[in-house]
Amino acid sequence: MKIPVRFIASRSAFYLFTAFAAITINFFLPRMMAGDPVTAYMQRNAGQITPEAERSLRILFGLDQDSSVWEQYSDYWQLLFSGDLGRSFSNGLAPVGDVISSALPWTLGLVGIATIVSFVLGTATGALIGWRRGSKADVIVPISTFFSTVPYFWLGLIAIAVFSSTLGWFPASHAYDKGSSPEFTADFIGQVIAHGALPAITIVIASLGGWILGMRNMMLTVLDEDYITVAQAKGMPNRRVLWNYAARNAMLPQLSSFALSIGFIVGGTIVMEMVFSYPGIGKLLLDATTAKDYPLMQGVFLIITMAVLCANILADVAYAILDPRTRQTEA
Amino acid sequence: MPDPLLSVHDFSIVYDVDPPVEAVKNVTLELQRGEILGLAGESGCGKTTLAYGLQRLLRAPAVITSGSVTFHDASGVDIDVNALDIEEMRRFRWDKISMVFQGAMNALNPVTTIGAQLDDVFQVHRPDLNRRERRAACEELLELVAVGRERIRSYPHELSGGMRQRVMIAMALALRPQLMVMDEPTTALDVLVQREILRQISQLRHEFGFSVIFITHDLPLLLEISDRIAVMRNGEIIELAPARELWEQPQHEYTKTLLASFPRLTGERGVLVR
Repeated sequence: MKIPVRFIASRSAFYLFTAFAAITINFFLPRMMAGDPVTAYMQRNAGQITPEAERSLRILFGLDQDSSVWEQYSDYWQLLFSGDLGRSFSNGLAPVGDVISSALPWTLGLVGIATIVSFVLGTATGALIGWRRGSKADVIVPISTFFSTVPYFWLGLIAIAVFSSTLGWFPASHAYDKGSSPEFTADFIGQVIAHGALPAITIVIASLGGWILGMRNMMLTVLDEDYITVAQAKGMPNRRVLWNYAARNAMLPQLSSFALSIGFIVGGTIVMEMVFSYPGIGKLLLDATTAKDYPLMQGVFLIITMAVLCANILADVAYAILDPRTRQTEA
Repeated sequence: MPDPLLSVHDFSIVYDVDPPVEAVKNVTLELQRGEILGLAGESGCGKTTLAYGLQRLLRAPAVITSGSVTFHDASGVDIDVNALDIEEMRRFRWDKISMVFQGAMNALNPVTTIGAQLDDVFQVHRPDLNRRERRAACEELLELVAVGRERIRSYPHELSGGMRQRVMIAMALALRPQLMVMDEPTTALDVLVQREILRQISQLRHEFGFSVIFITHDLPLLLEISDRIAVMRNGEIIELAPARELWEQPQHEYTKTLLASFPRLTGERGVLVR
């Protein structure tokens, strides 16, 4: 395969600029808000902080000097490249990087797997339903769409009420049993799976409808294309026409939605993590917001932005591989 | 002495909608080995439905309501196309009868290389060929239609309309079928490219000896290239005669109207002015 240098270069330039813009906005956003983090911290711990402690906090957050915005901005970039995201108030002044990296794997693992399963399952089902249009399989569409339109928190709560409170099949909350700590043992991995099953299943059920509907509709369009008739006239077996010709082409638009949903894995699961008290990024952001923990919020925003960007890059690459027409840039 | 390749008897197709549309009505025709049969008629007269119906390529709501299609194979075996089961039908398609479709632009899959689409045919119909043999066969086909072997890794959007149609013809030739159905193969092309493609088709036909059913609404074109011409109207074949006969003594009123409707270069009305 020819390597489309021009295409790669223009996409890279685009993404670098987007990343720069996102990081810059992330810098200015907290500065537009009223008050500073130390004042907010003081208010929460009213009376418990001595003036000396306050001064050391101000030094720690760099609020003691009268530096200009531009100096702050360049410092921000320097600290960012050295991996220093500041310190989180609501977690006993632990480095933000550490706080985020303790929450990120849970979200990535659980929601990532659920999203991929949902995408693969939904796309395959949609392809089959589209292929056998007008058959009884069509009833799957309204049923799965119903579950997507039901508010997620309601679905989650019902799932907890039925499968964990009443039937006791799954634990209701958290990522592992109370009292155990993360380690690589069969017992701990079993706990993680047991705790993750219910949230993962509810995510799959809630998002499946969109994939099925999107794929089915695309299949109906693609199946009317001439090259499908040609493939059939060529004596291709039905399975080959279905997967190599129809589904192969119908899934291209699905791919961009998939990239978007990968981007939302990190930030878009606040409700799930709330309902299941799951210790992921969404819950972290929620806690940071209620605690007015600006450094942590800023860190989480940064991670979310970067996740969306990375997902987009992945989608671009996948699209370029699967659809040669997108590799052409205007000369 | 007649040496039939395909016998169609009392063939009818109905689109089962409300009200039902009788797209093809009791068509009977016999195609000789090595012959070019032209199928002419206005849009919507059932030409394409008939061609698709021969290979049972139609989807619901189209229903074949009566008739038989018999393919007299070169091996001497007569194949009753309507009696084939799904798997036999699949193997029959393209191997015995191949097709060239009207929209050269849309008939190729836009996201795979033309090489892969040619290769597909061999993979499915000639599973005993290995990768290198298939590749050699694909390259040979592309050379044969003057597209050139170096195009094997091109995508359809990188080729002109004429080249795409040539690729389609190469694909149709792949298994050396005994019959090629051409459904308006040149309609979307300008007259120069059209001329070139037609020359190529007739040259290939001399080389490989396949029969052609050539579907078009361009009657003057048919007069020039076909041995016999069938004129279709409202699903029926209203006149079937050797090209010269049809040109000199059209029997049916409709045929006369059709012939009279094509202007001459000199401005007089009709190819035929009597």
